[in-house]
This record gives sequence, structure tokens and C-alpha cells, in this order.
Amino acid sequence: MADIQIDELDLGTSRSLWATAWLRLRKNKAAMVSLGVLIIYVLIGIFGPMMTPYGHDQTFRDFTREPASLERYPRVDEIVPAAERVVTRSRLQAEEIVLDGDTITITATSRREMDERVTRYIDRSDIFSNTRILEMSDDNLRVTMQADVNRYLFIFGTDTNGRDQLARLAIAIRISLLVGAAATVVALAIGVLYGAIAGFIGGMTDNIMMRIVDILYSLPFIFFVILLVVFFGNNVFLMFIAIGAIEWLDMARIVRGQTLSLRRREFVSAAEAMGVRPISIVKRHIIPNTLGPVIVYTTLMVPKVILLESFLSFLGLGVQNPLTSLGLMISEGSRDIQGTPYLLIYPALALTILLFALNFLGDGLRDALDPKDR
Amino acid sequence: MLRYIFRRLLGAIPTLFLIVTTAFFLIRIAPGGPFDAERALEPSVLANLNAYFHLDKPLYQQYFLYLWNLLQGDMGPSFFRRDFSVQELLAAGLPASITLGTLALLTAIVFGSILGCIAALRQNSWIDYTVVATATFGITVPNFVVAPLLALVFGVWLNLLPAGGWNGGAPANLVMPVIALALPQVAVIARMIRGAMIEALRSDHVRTARAYGLPTRMIVVTHSLRAAALPAVSYLGPAAAGLLTGSIVIEQIFGLPGIGREFVNAALSRDYTLVMGTVIVIAVFVLIFNLIVDILYAALDPRVRYE
Repeated sequence: MADIQIDELDLGTSRSLWATAWLRLRKNKAAMVSLGVLIIYVLIGIFGPMMTPYGHDQTFRDFTREPASLERYPRVDEIVPAAERVVTRSRLQAEEIVLDGDTITITATSRREMDERVTRYIDRSDIFSNTRILEMSDDNLRVTMQADVNRYLFIFGTDTNGRDQLARLAIAIRISLLVGAAATVVALAIGVLYGAIAGFIGGMTDNIMMRIVDILYSLPFIFFVILLVVFFGNNVFLMFIAIGAIEWLDMARIVRGQTLSLRRREFVSAAEAMGVRPISIVKRHIIPNTLGPVIVYTTLMVPKVILLESFLSFLGLGVQNPLTSLGLMISEGSRDIQGTPYLLIYPALALTILLFALNFLGDGLRDALDPKDR
Repeated sequence: MLRYIFRRLLGAIPTLFLIVTTAFFLIRIAPGGPFDAERALEPSVLANLNAYFHLDKPLYQQYFLYLWNLLQGDMGPSFFRRDFSVQELLAAGLPASITLGTLALLTAIVFGSILGCIAALRQNSWIDYTVVATATFGITVPNFVVAPLLALVFGVWLNLLPAGGWNGGAPANLVMPVIALALPQVAVIARMIRGAMIEALRSDHVRTARAYGLPTRMIVVTHSLRAAALPAVSYLGPAAAGLLTGSIVIEQIFGLPGIGREFVNAALSRDYTLVMGTVIVIAVFVLIFNLIVDILYAALDPRVRYE
């Protein structure tokens, strides 16, 4: 009976804590806008790559470095010249090219005999497909073909390999969010466990464990991560570990500080007096009670992790083509800022907005959950 | 104080040793070697190369050999830049990196403090809001986004400054790299100084100074800023590390011949000795800087005494 009552009491108080935090967060306009932006980003990350018309690794050789535009490529007046080029490239002489809406009729002659395979030359272009022979002269030197005209929409333009920037942006957001979430989980796991154990055991162990953290703090850690990634290959899994390995230090310090003060609380002494094993106390009492600050710090860690991933990808050490991430896109975009500035501007904007939203939400959560402000 | 410095210098030796050891073995246990080319080398050539760089010896012997040479100030020949020793390459890269880093650090301290003070003195005015907004921008937007955008706007569109290149360290070539590198640190320092300054201006000793009728300039500089500078001073250690990290991308973007770019290229081409050299130089910088920060802290805060 007593047990049940305590449980109910616990539930009641904890619900009110989160309810107050939510109420406070709702009043924070910047945080709420950020939350909305983040939801949009997550939706783009999940569904975006499925909804874009072209794949992120699909290349259009006819449309490299096309600027961002709402108009379809090729433009209407470009179709006939494009058809002429295709015919010339197939070593035929164009006699007549007629464009009629979405189909084009080509009449061409050749000095050598042709067969039905001639349509393949036309199909090879990104613009024309489904080419069929309407009429072939008896000596096989003159042919009339009809082909469908494909016109493509590249809202954000195409990169130097003719890949649709919209599709790449969608997959980049997915990868960046994924790396951000996974690496944060790694850092969280290491940091919380390390900090809780150091703070709980205390004494000499705590001293040594925190001394190690101090030494790691003073190291130029990023250089070791670069070495790690360079020498062990560009493995996305390795990147989670590497990024998690840097970011856990702050978390360990925060959790240790919390644990030290929790350690002196009555319920921990009570658990000890009842003979609960230390590891169970850490799991059941210490870690759940450090959750508030940990959540706040986690939301502030996600942007840091995304930043780090972008940093590594920017240096060419992270995600590899044809997969892409925001950092890699910015890096590719900054290679030719004079010729193709839009390749830099869109991913840079996407990353900036994402980081702003994460930071504002983190700040808002900190204010909402901060017990000192209550 | 001298004893403290001496003790800290002694304490840095194990850390440095740890860095050298970790870096050495991290590089060596990785798959792939420096002479893996598209086309395999002649066995005799490969044997000669391995012998020249001591790669034919057991790993532990290589390690002790490297340590022994390092103690004598010899970091060995570069694996890839034939006929160059690592020291020569580092000496060639250091001027650019040190110039860039020092200027960025000075910019960060000077502008960060000034902006932070002004914002604190005019709290909740439009100046304050502008500073806070700029600081938020500087903290949030990474410098590998800011730098190419700066190059695009000022280098390409407005054509005011060269979009890249070192040009012997000409001032015009330095402006954009220094701004891009310093911006995040300016932002952090300004925010810290602003917060600490607002607190300091409300403290008892400042109120007393005001009651005595001291001039505002004196109250701000002598009585408030000294107290407000403390958190910012302790931030200078991480700031220096941030500048070193940032310089990797900044040097890459603007094509500057510094240590950061050297490090990435060396790592990518598995130039073992050059990687070791750059890691050691960077680690020494970080350690020395942390020491300077601690001493500065002691000088500014009368409560801290190192005995």
C-alpha cells in the first residue's frame, strides 16, 4: 500500500515539473519558432529524399552547373538546338526537326545504312527518351523518328556533376540530423556513465578520473579525431564514435557535479543502508535525478555535433560522395564561388537556420527547466 | 610565482609525452602505408625507402628512435616533400599561422571587450541588442560558412579585397581570414564580458566608487572591467584551441600556407613525420597558452595564489 502511494506521489510531482517547463517554453517565442523550424527539418530529413523528383546520386550530364531557377530545363527555345547537337553527335545529318509540345520529330539522313538501333543515340541524351522510328526509307539512309522531350525542374540548380541540388539538400539534411542524433547519443552515454561513476565512488577514483578529463580537455582533440578519421577510413560509424569521443567531456563534468550533491541526499543513504548495490543506485537514483541538466545540455550539444560533422565533411574527411552532408555541400560550393555562388548559398543557409533553431531551442529549454528561475 | 611556472612546465612534460606517444601509435597501427601508390614500387626501391625512413625496424625501435631524435630537436625528413626536413616545412608554415593566430586573438580580445563593455553600459538599448544579436550570429554560424560568404561578397561581388592567397602577408590579404577566424571568439568574449560587466556594475565596490564621485571612465576601467575580465581570461585557453582548429579551415579556404593546411595535407598523404611534427607544434602551443592564461589569472585575481 505504502509503495503505491509513493509511486503516485512521484508521478504527480514529475508531471508538474514537465508541465511547468512546457508552459514556460511556450511563452518563449524564439524557442517555439525554432521548434517549428526543427519539426520541418526533421520532416524534410525523413520524407524529403523520397519526395524529390530526382535521386541525390542521379547525374544529368546535359545540365551541369545550371543556376537555380523555377523554369524547366531545357527552355523551349533550347530544345531544337539540343536535338541538332544530338543528331550531329550520332553522325547523322538533320533535315528537319519539328517540336510539337512534348514530342519532337526528327528527320535525318546518313551516308551509311541505318537500322533501328539509331534510336539509342537519341535516347542517350537526358532530354529525349522513348525514341521510336516513324518511317525508314527503303535504302535505310533516311529516317524519321519521334521522341518524347523530358524537361526537368531544378529549383536549387545542379552541381558540377549535374546532380539536382534539391535532392542533395534533402539527403544532406537527413545525414546531418542523423549524425547529430547518433553522435549525441554516444557522447551522452559515455559522459553520463563516466560522470556518474566518478561522482558516486568519489575519493581517489574520482580524482584520477577527473584528472584524465582535465588532461583530455587541454589536448587539441580535434587533431586526433582528424587523424583517426583519416587513417581508419571514412566510415560514418567511426565518425559517430570520434565525435562522441570529444563531446562527452563537458557532459561528464556536469553529471559528476550533480552526482556529488545527490550523493549526500537522504534517499541515496537510505538505499545504501538497505544494501542496494552501487551500480543499481547509480542506475535507479543518480542518473534519473541528473536528467534535467542533462536534457538541457543535450539540446545544446546537438548543434555542436552537427557543426563538428560539417567541419570534418568540409575538410573532406567525413561523408563521401555520392552521399552528402551540409558540410560537404558547403565545401563543394566554396570551391567556385565566382561561377556558382548558389551552390554555396543554399547549403550555407540551410545549415545556419538549423543551427540557429537548435541553439534557440536549447536556450529556451535551459530557461524553462532552470530551477533557479522558478 | 617562478616556482609555480617551473612546476607547470615540468607538469607539461608528461602531457606532451602522452601526445607524442598517442599520435605515433595512432598513425602506425592504421592500415595503409605512405608508399602505397597506384602502381606498386619496385621491391628493391621499396626496401631502400623503408630502410631510409627506418620503416623496416620493429615498431618499438622506431618509436624509441623517434623519441631520441626528437629530444635532439630532429623531427626527421618529410616522407613526401623529398629533400625537406620536417623542421624546414614547419618553419615555412609557422609565420603565416602565427601572424593569423595572433591577429585573430588580438582582434577577439580588443573587439570582444569593447563591444561587451558598451553593451553592458547601455543595457537594453539598441546598441545592446545589436551586440547581442551579432554575438549570437558569431557563435552560431561556423567560420567555414562565414569565410566563403565573406570571400563571395567582398572578394567577388564587391571586389574590395583579394578573395584568397597569402601574398607575403600583405594586410589586404589578411583582413578577411582574420575576421572569419576571430568572429566566433569575438562573439563569445563579448557575451561573457557583457554578462560579467552587468554584474560588476551592480556590485558594492562599484557603488561605493560611484558614491565617492569617481569619474565613470575610471569606474569602468579600474573597478568593473578588472573583475569582469576574469571569466573572459579563463576562456582564452579554449579560445586559443578554437583558433587553432579554425585556422585549419580558414587556411584551406583562403589558400594560406600555414600549419593547419600542412597538417591536413600531411594526414591525407600519410606523411608520418610531418603529421607528428605538426601535432607536436600545435600541442606545445596549446600547453604554453594554457600556462600563460593561468599566470594572467593569478595576476588579475588577488584571491588566487599559486604556491
